[in-house]
Amino acid sequence: MGDTKTRTPARRAKTRAAQPEPETLVAYYRQMLLIRRFEERAARAYTEAKIGGYCHLNLGEEATVTGLMAALQPRDYLFTNYREHGYALARGIDARRVMAELYGRSTGVSKGWGGSMHMFDLESRLLGGYGIVGGQLPLATGAALAVNYKGGDEVVMCQMGDGTTNIGAFHESLNMAALWDLPIVFVVINNGLGMGTTVEASSAEPELYRRASAYRMESARVDGTDVVAVRDAAQAAVERARRESKPFLLETTSPRLRGHSVVDPARYRTAEEKEALKEADPLAHFGLTLEEAGILDAEARTKLDAEVKAEVDDAAAFADDSPHPDVSTLFDYTYATPVRGVPRRLPADPVF
Amino acid sequence: MTTPSTTMAQALNSALRDALADDERVVVFGEDVGRLGGVFRITDGLTAEFGEDRCFDTPLAEAGIVGFAVGMAMGGFRPVIELQFDAFAYPAFEQIASHVAKMRNRTRGRVALPMVIRIPYAGGIGGVEHHCDSSEAYYAHTPGLKVVTPATAGDAYSLLREAIEDPDPVIFLEPKKLYWSKSQVALPARTEPFGRAAIRRRGADATLVAYGPTVPVALEAAEAAVEEGWDLEVVDLRTLVPFDDETVTASVRRTGRCVIVSEAAGFAGVGAEIAARVQERCFHSLHAPVLRVTGYDIPYPPPMLEQHHLPNVDRILDALDRLQRDDRPDPRFLSLGGAA
Ligand SMILES: Cc1ncc(C[n+]2csc(CCOP(=O)(O)OP(=O)(O)O)c2C)c(N)n1
Ligand SMILES: [Mg+2]
Repeated sequence: MGDTKTRTPARRAKTRAAQPEPETLVAYYRQMLLIRRFEERAARAYTEAKIGGYCHLNLGEEATVTGLMAALQPRDYLFTNYREHGYALARGIDARRVMAELYGRSTGVSKGWGGSMHMFDLESRLLGGYGIVGGQLPLATGAALAVNYKGGDEVVMCQMGDGTTNIGAFHESLNMAALWDLPIVFVVINNGLGMGTTVEASSAEPELYRRASAYRMESARVDGTDVVAVRDAAQAAVERARRESKPFLLETTSPRLRGHSVVDPARYRTAEEKEALKEADPLAHFGLTLEEAGILDAEARTKLDAEVKAEVDDAAAFADDSPHPDVSTLFDYTYATPVRGVPRRLPADPVF
Repeated sequence: MTTPSTTMAQALNSALRDALADDERVVVFGEDVGRLGGVFRITDGLTAEFGEDRCFDTPLAEAGIVGFAVGMAMGGFRPVIELQFDAFAYPAFEQIASHVAKMRNRTRGRVALPMVIRIPYAGGIGGVEHHCDSSEAYYAHTPGLKVVTPATAGDAYSLLREAIEDPDPVIFLEPKKLYWSKSQVALPARTEPFGRAAIRRRGADATLVAYGPTVPVALEAAEAAVEEGWDLEVVDLRTLVPFDDETVTASVRRTGRCVIVSEAAGFAGVGAEIAARVQERCFHSLHAPVLRVTGYDIPYPPPMLEQHHLPNVDRILDALDRLQRDDRPDPRFLSLGGAA
């Protein structure tokens, strides 16, 4: 793995961490598989016009998602960008509720109002996916300030993409987090691309984790296709944040296996780049590793696949059978209490 | 010879291409406008044709992009920048409101900012929240900005060319649901200049005032209303700033009734400004209160609900019902304050 910086907690943790139990590894594999099949299913549903809006998938990010979420305690908080279906699943939210949200149904995580980009679930402390690039960063930083204010020992994890490190909110947030010693772990998912623009074409310091040094914040880069490495690096950062109330910047590197969103054919990628992606598939890699280690053979993998496929099919069927939000919900929740003088009349309604 | 049919997206692309060819001070930049050709492919092929110096990608940094354009304009260029979606312009609002809009005034005319900020805006594409905002009022409410929003391919071409030539900054709002709609028009086309509304349909009984994405809706409603005995006039504003009082006033004075149709939330919106101006200028010609059919005062809803939120034929016909055709005062308006 590409952990290039010395004296990081991630590196220390790596040497300390015990090799996970086989069951744990199989559980990680299953989690990654669930994300993979879920996202493939979402892509299909999108092309069948079951899903509206824009839809960004975690394909290629499965090991990162699984490793990061394994490092969090249930009481910790998570903020993400719009590429968050996998995070919602790995945070323990029922695949049915996640799929129903994609389908825009009232049984979804955000009652069908959030859609693909705005999952929100208090119970699992997923404090939102955010569609505006960088929008989640100051919010997450503020949530970490709130934790400190209350004297809590929760940690905030704030996920973002590589492109996001170039928007002003990134600088504002990292500076404040370091200035005030906040218990927050910023995670940059470096998939090499912000839409069609490469990291090299957009970042003066393409080794993104190094940006933390501008704030005297510790940081590390980890191979995002290695679930255990991600977990260990994240755990070290999270536990340090919990113990010492110090922020951390973790960069993970993983491929984005498809276009930016379901509708992006990624024509800006060369044929060689597309070919190389097949080699980089983290799920296939992990499957092979487990097989070689004698932990999970092909037969067991097929069985898991069937199990996961059934779970995803069930989620899709549940979503399909769920009702759309009622038209009357248009007028819910814009304010806490009804605001005077706001017209709410629908065409068929009486004037009074 | 038949006139070719052109989409608004093609017209915008041609306008940029022709402007780049005609004036070497024109530069195009923004997120993904180069290699990708823009999220809506409006800048498709420009980098290939004119090189990376003239059309280039920037990092993801809206405030920076707008600010760079200000600096470039101060340096003698004519930047045309793209912000990918309506709500993605908000991180740049400080630059727009504090610098773009005020520079000429602040420098007492010594600095001109001939720049164009292109923003795909409004809904109807099954997007969510920040991909479907109607943000025109923020800009129209900011003195120093011109605000343009075409509804046809011909206007898209002509207004964008004019925006690039204009000595002042222009917020160029592109109704994204009309990107793929076609008009019969041969490019390059020059239509009426800024500040001239277009009468898209002549009628005698009431005036529908629309702009950008609601123009086709208003036209459709006008056709549907024929059956109910209404002969409607449809005015397409084309530019919100400058505002064409003459055309709107003349129309409403003739018809005596006015309904404004806009996607944006009604409260404190551009529709309210239009209603006020009509009332100020046409009071003695009005046979009914000026009504507005707008998006509700809510954040943009999810795809399955947007058809209820957006002004549609039903809601426009519903407003017509309340235009007191027989000229009897309608007591219902006392409690409604005239809002549709
Ligand atoms: C403020 C803002 N600008 C632009 C966009 C459009 N946009 C959405 S995602 C994206 C690329 C982000 O890239 P990155 O941060 O690397 O995340 P990734 O999509 O690769 O996960 C862009 C430009 C947006 N959502 N918000
Ligand atoms: Mg990226």
